[in-house]
Amino acid sequence: MRHALVLGLAAAISAAPWQQAAAQAADPTAAEFDKFREIMEQDNPAELFEAKGEELWRARRGPKNTSLEQCDLGLGAGVVKGAYAQLPRYFADVDRVMDVEARIVHCMMTLQGFKYEELAKQPFSSPVRTPEPVSLATYVAAQSRGMKIAPPQNHPKERDAYETGKAIFHYRAGAFDFSCASCHGEDGKRIRTQPLPNFTKPATAIAAVQGWPGYRMTGGVMHSLQWRLNDCYRQQRFPEPGYASETLSALLTYLTVNASGHVYRGPGIKR
Amino acid sequence: MADPMKIRATLQGDVADVRVLMAHPMETGQRKDAAGKIVPLHFIQTITAQLNGKTVFNADVSQAVSRNPVFAFKVKGAKAGDKLSITWQDNKGDKRTDEVVIGAGS
Repeated sequence: MRHALVLGLAAAISAAPWQQAAAQAADPTAAEFDKFREIMEQDNPAELFEAKGEELWRARRGPKNTSLEQCDLGLGAGVVKGAYAQLPRYFADVDRVMDVEARIVHCMMTLQGFKYEELAKQPFSSPVRTPEPVSLATYVAAQSRGMKIAPPQNHPKERDAYETGKAIFHYRAGAFDFSCASCHGEDGKRIRTQPLPNFTKPATAIAAVQGWPGYRMTGGVMHSLQWRLNDCYRQQRFPEPGYASETLSALLTYLTVNASGHVYRGPGIKR
Repeated sequence: MADPMKIRATLQGDVADVRVLMAHPMETGQRKDAAGKIVPLHFIQTITAQLNGKTVFNADVSQAVSRNPVFAFKVKGAKAGDKLSITWQDNKGDKRTDEVVIGAGS
């Protein structure tokens, strides 16, 4: 009797990690939502913002009345195809690592003469207004559809950004004593019905990148990764990091490098 | 103000599978803005599809339809090279028409 009990316990303990992984994969709510998203992805309104972004990219705008067609996204001036799959990366002209939105904002400032203060005033989308960098980021991201995510880690500053991002990810503070890792640092967690992917492991870190920028069905709003991270900080009751700041670029470097090797499916659709 | 639609028309035999994505705020008249004031009704009222100038699809739409809506329907008797135009009109009189050539690989 006692033996059987001990054996039973041992079996339960050794089965635990497997059961956890299976529970996450077979979560019926998540599976149903995946089906729903697959249907929605066929006609994703993100395409409307992609088209808007392309128009903005080519249009002569701003105080300098120029287009963004000379903007260097890392693969040379004006090269958009495949650039997103290799961001964030180091840019020598600013001597820092930039993610896609930070780079677009930089190009809007240097090429078109926009002011950072104007762009950072209301940088996130609302039902009535989609900021230009969001549409532009959607356009740029869409040009890397089907490509492998491969942000470079060659320059010392790129490796630096990864380590900084990792430290930020694990830094606990704020009113709730939370870090990003509190929710996204282990397997099998969820918030309400939403599974919380583990961003520290390559297999699941892709969830931080896939589907972004994303069209959110609730409210019908196009959102960028800058918004997503900012909203995570708001939910943590953490001071929100500056728009297009090095902090967010570093955090995005950490998340994107962890997701390296996965195929990017293009701008997505969110619940 | 109206942004272009995204129209996809793919042929399966003589039936065209049409999917249209429209950019429209589709305000229900129930939402309030940040200042607490009701955002006035603003929604697509009618949608018309024409194949080579002949109306093949007509729809009356209400404010219950989501923002940036998608419409999908099938048109019988379509051929490659046919011109399909879609028009919507909203309750403020704003209008937009876009056209595609079926089978042009859009």
